[in-house]
Amino acid sequence: MKLQIQHLLGLEGVSREDINLILDTADNFYGVLQRDIKVVPTLRGKTIVNLFYENSTRTRISFELAEKRLSANPLNFAASTSSASKGETLRDTIQNIEAMKIDMVVVRHSSAGVPYFLTKCTDAVIVNAGDGLHEHPTQALLDMMTIRQKLGRLEGLKVAIIGDIFHSRVARSNAWGMKTMGMDVVLCGPPTLLPQHPESLGVPVTDNVDEALEGADVVMLLRIQLERQSSAVFPSIREYRDRYGVDLDRLSKLKKDVVIMHPGPVNRGVELASNVADSGNSVILDQVTNGVAVRMAVLYLLGGGE
Amino acid sequence: MKKVELIMDSHSLDLALTRMAHQIVEHNNDLANMCIVGMQTRGVFLARRIAQKINQLENVCLDCGILDVTLYRDDYRNAFKQPKVKATDIPFDINKKDVILVDDVLFTGRSVRAALDALMDVGRPRTIQLAALIDRGHRELPIRADYAGKKITTLAKQEVALKVTEIDSEDSLWLMEVEEGD
Repeated sequence: MKLQIQHLLGLEGVSREDINLILDTADNFYGVLQRDIKVVPTLRGKTIVNLFYENSTRTRISFELAEKRLSANPLNFAASTSSASKGETLRDTIQNIEAMKIDMVVVRHSSAGVPYFLTKCTDAVIVNAGDGLHEHPTQALLDMMTIRQKLGRLEGLKVAIIGDIFHSRVARSNAWGMKTMGMDVVLCGPPTLLPQHPESLGVPVTDNVDEALEGADVVMLLRIQLERQSSAVFPSIREYRDRYGVDLDRLSKLKKDVVIMHPGPVNRGVELASNVADSGNSVILDQVTNGVAVRMAVLYLLGGGE
Repeated sequence: MKKVELIMDSHSLDLALTRMAHQIVEHNNDLANMCIVGMQTRGVFLARRIAQKINQLENVCLDCGILDVTLYRDDYRNAFKQPKVKATDIPFDINKKDVILVDDVLFTGRSVRAALDALMDVGRPRTIQLAALIDRGHRELPIRADYAGKKITTLAKQEVALKVTEIDSEDSLWLMEVEEGD
């Protein structure tokens, strides 16, 4: 059982078999995380560099924990404290790090396509931890793992993803991945925050929340970047909350067992009301737990072999 | 792969498991402290059958768990075919217990080595005893079975294939050989 892909650059074009293998493997790593001793010796001797050119708490910690629980040696690199701030190019940085004998690179960068570029300048296995406005594949995988855990399947489920779709690599990865898995995805947000060419994602896009929520099994809210308010993409936080936020009133009109998700960090009281974020329908913390299991699965499946 | 010889049919397989169950009971005075763990995949079904036999024999109710050793293997780095990670399910405490570890075929001893490490990560048993349906020789590590259904002589290139009704529709154990051009 081997993945067809050699690197995880995104979910666009990744087969259903590969996604299923990652999710099945992650379910078993979830079991490892429930034990007293949460470490397995599988990746002993492998060195994994976490190359983070963009700030991140959750994703970086999650990857580092996944690496440690597989007994790999993680090496953390933050661009702000590195030679990148002295003007070293990405290619030089990665080739210098590779010269120190590393096996895998987990990369986050503000430019789309950086993970792909890295595959051209190193032999190491590359895992995308978020690249610009492009993809964040491990987030989408942990979202699908969580949905499967809660609802028992993926195929045929209706998912509404609501928020700043335009700037969201999470929405993009989920749209591609979920479509491959036979799910019914609809993207929703203010017209100014929708992609200009939604047809390239292959899923319906709307600015009508009620239409998006109709019959949804899963509702995923995305963080509204408050700093964007000044760029006049929506008139005010309050207006956004009223039109697109999910509160108890909206929740009461949804299916009883609807799954409420958010990739974090949550703006409580904006895209998601506090009492909904803490309700029994919310799986936000399960998503975080599953993130470690999914990343262990990805590292395990990509790191093996010759 | 071609079949060379039938080592056990359904009847002799059942007899072997019955004998192993008796031996396990004979060697363990305190059955209340005992539990059984089967190694994925077919060891799981053998473990259940042995547990059932002991339960009937001694009127007890043994805990029976499942162990997957994939993450503990020593050939991860160069394994050409990556084995699929399967479930480990030991929903009971194994600390200070006598654990009967059940495997189908004992060969190089490497999966048992992995299983010992995996069990130690779950807890610290008082003893671990190994029950293998077939001991086919060619050990590469200092490991032996406490209870063996049958010892046979094989060539290293041959394979021993167990089928169990639970997933293969029949009970049988065949010695197999790689054919030219396989």
